[in-house]
Amino acid sequence: MQYSSQAVAKPYFIAAIGLFVGQILFGLIMGLQYVVGDFLFPAIPFNIARMVHTNLLIVWVLFGFMGAAYYLIPEEAEKELHSPLLAIVLFWTFLIAGVLTILGYLLMSYAKLAAFTGNSFLPTMGREFLEQPTITKIGIVIVALGFIYNVGMTVLQGRKTVVNLVLMTGLIGLAVMFLFSFYNPSNLVLDKYYWWWVVHLWVEGVWELILGSILAFVLIKITGVDREVIEKWLYVIIAMALITGIIGTGHHYYWIGTPEYWQWWGSVFSALEPLPFFLMTVFAFNMVNRRRREHPNKAATLWALGTAVMAFLGAGVWGFLHTLAPINYYTHGTQITAAHGHMAFYGAYVMIVLTIISYAMPLLRGRAANSNKAQVLEMWSFWLMSIAMVFITLFLTAAGILQVYLQRATDTPLAFMAVQEKVALFYWLRETAGLVFFIGLVIYLISFFVTGEQKLAVPAGATAMN
Amino acid sequence: MSSEIFTKSMARNIYYGGSLFFILLFLALTFDTSRALPNRDHRENLTPEVIKGKAVWEENNCIGCHTLLGEGAYYAPELGNVYLRRGGDQGGTDFIKAWIKAMPTGAPGRRQMPQFNLTDEELDAITAFLKWTSQINTANWPPNREG
Ligand code: HEM
Ligand code: HEM
Ligand SMILES: [Fe+2]
Repeated sequence: MQYSSQAVAKPYFIAAIGLFVGQILFGLIMGLQYVVGDFLFPAIPFNIARMVHTNLLIVWVLFGFMGAAYYLIPEEAEKELHSPLLAIVLFWTFLIAGVLTILGYLLMSYAKLAAFTGNSFLPTMGREFLEQPTITKIGIVIVALGFIYNVGMTVLQGRKTVVNLVLMTGLIGLAVMFLFSFYNPSNLVLDKYYWWWVVHLWVEGVWELILGSILAFVLIKITGVDREVIEKWLYVIIAMALITGIIGTGHHYYWIGTPEYWQWWGSVFSALEPLPFFLMTVFAFNMVNRRRREHPNKAATLWALGTAVMAFLGAGVWGFLHTLAPINYYTHGTQITAAHGHMAFYGAYVMIVLTIISYAMPLLRGRAANSNKAQVLEMWSFWLMSIAMVFITLFLTAAGILQVYLQRATDTPLAFMAVQEKVALFYWLRETAGLVFFIGLVIYLISFFVTGEQKLAVPAGATAMN
Repeated sequence: MSSEIFTKSMARNIYYGGSLFFILLFLALTFDTSRALPNRDHRENLTPEVIKGKAVWEENNCIGCHTLLGEGAYYAPELGNVYLRRGGDQGGTDFIKAWIKAMPTGAPGRRQMPQFNLTDEELDAITAFLKWTSQINTANWPPNREG
């Protein structure tokens, strides 16, 4: 850590990990409800568990992005953060708003929450991933504005590196696209059309800029490869991401009432969306192979490479699997979608946050890298969680293929619920893989408390390696 | 990539130029879509009742279990075409209202749908909304009635 204000990243990372645990617990509850339908009913109906699961995911990934920005922007700008105090105030605001919202989901019926928070004045609730009460959404916007002001001032007054500029563009884009969550026309087709401007243009648009810049930062630090080379790669990756991903939104406009020409625009451009993810993999391995130093943090290197590979598999390969219109006609809204959603979110956005945490947390705790013992444990958690996620994806894909054959691509279609019973075996297997994921997560937590010999400790202020 | 034929500033220009071009193209397509939509979504049938139905749909988080036109959760059946699946103009409305009122089934081990305690007015609204939704031109999706 080179600037003392980078320390504000620490609470953000800790909160992220805490909410991650909550997310997975609710995932396990739902996984069981898939096969034991009345589990925890009516205390926690499936829809409530799902909101908690997906909203915690989004919120903790946002905590991770903010922590990453607070850590790397001062270092890149070569200047202290504009206002560490603001960063801490916003941290507590965001955490309290987030926890209250989750408690609202769990402690009252959703209809009551909607009434209680005055949803009818500006209805924005009840849409997938955007279930938060309108006042929470307003809170998110306020936090985002304060955050962007804080890091933005730092960038403006400091060194303007490509990593910083791309990260800032991604963060501003994230905030701007979120504004579409306030637009909820009563015409369902329009509602869906613009809903994707938040969801798709986040994960296959501006978030890729955030992903790319964090990855670039970590690779600069751990490989010592010339910044010029890495920045050129970063530009190529984000150029491909936006060139393919913006029109690629069309892969969600096949069957929601929008004109048929979207089947062409969506298929052609989204079929190219794997390219930036493929480049990211080539980039990460190339840089690590050409490394000019042996960084003591082996775990961070593993996470960085893992991110590139798993993002390519989840977003690139599993995305391509169902993105062409004639295939999506059969797979749309099945377990295939869930399989892809899981591996893509995990590979790209969970893993990039765990990468920056892995790299930055030891430095925030005053050492270049954790002890060997702690790193070995962390690497175990890497493999357990990643392999478990591969199996979750495979089992859901199997369930999805059967679902398509039994319910859709047949002359004698079975009803939805009948099909669900027939594929129950794969849901049991998914739940088992989910438990392994959870074990991996527990080991991950433990790795933070393992000390071991501190041969890697460095005096404060002496961590500058670049 | 380290070759100097392809420089960093070329990469940056492709990023800026390409992004700008495709943002503009996307806006143009959005404009064209907006003009084509009225014939496909039949917005002339968006009565106050249908609009209220969408609010009931949202304020009870139905999307948390069901898909609607293939989007949402995958725990419970597709509802974009439920009106047609359950009899259309011959019984679709009555079926949906009776179904919602009868929940939960309480059948052991079976997936359960909560009791939302909707008023008669809300029940009429949600069915009107689902009927309207079933009439959207979705390019022939879903492949069959089972959704
Ligand atoms: C890291 C990047 C990505 C993430 C996090 C991600 C995540 C998701 C999620 C969560 C959904 C489900 C949305 C819903 O609930 O309705 C989804 C849908 C979809 N994704 Fe991705 N995705 C990514 C990249 C891609 C890419 C690169 C492609 C194409 C090559 C792709 C193709 C699709 C398609 C076609 C659907 C719609 C599935 C359906 O019709 O049901 N995704 N994605
Ligand atoms: C123990 C592991 C997990 C289990 C058992 C689990 C289970 C589930 C279930 C049952 C659903 C709802 C599917 C439906 O709508 O019917 C779901 C949705 C989702 N989960 Fe998980 N989950 C787990 C881990 C994760 C992780 C690690 C991530 C993030 C990377 C994640 C991201 C998501 C997303 C994005 C959705 C929405 C998917 C969509 O709309 O297509 N889950 N999960
Ligand atoms: Fe997409």
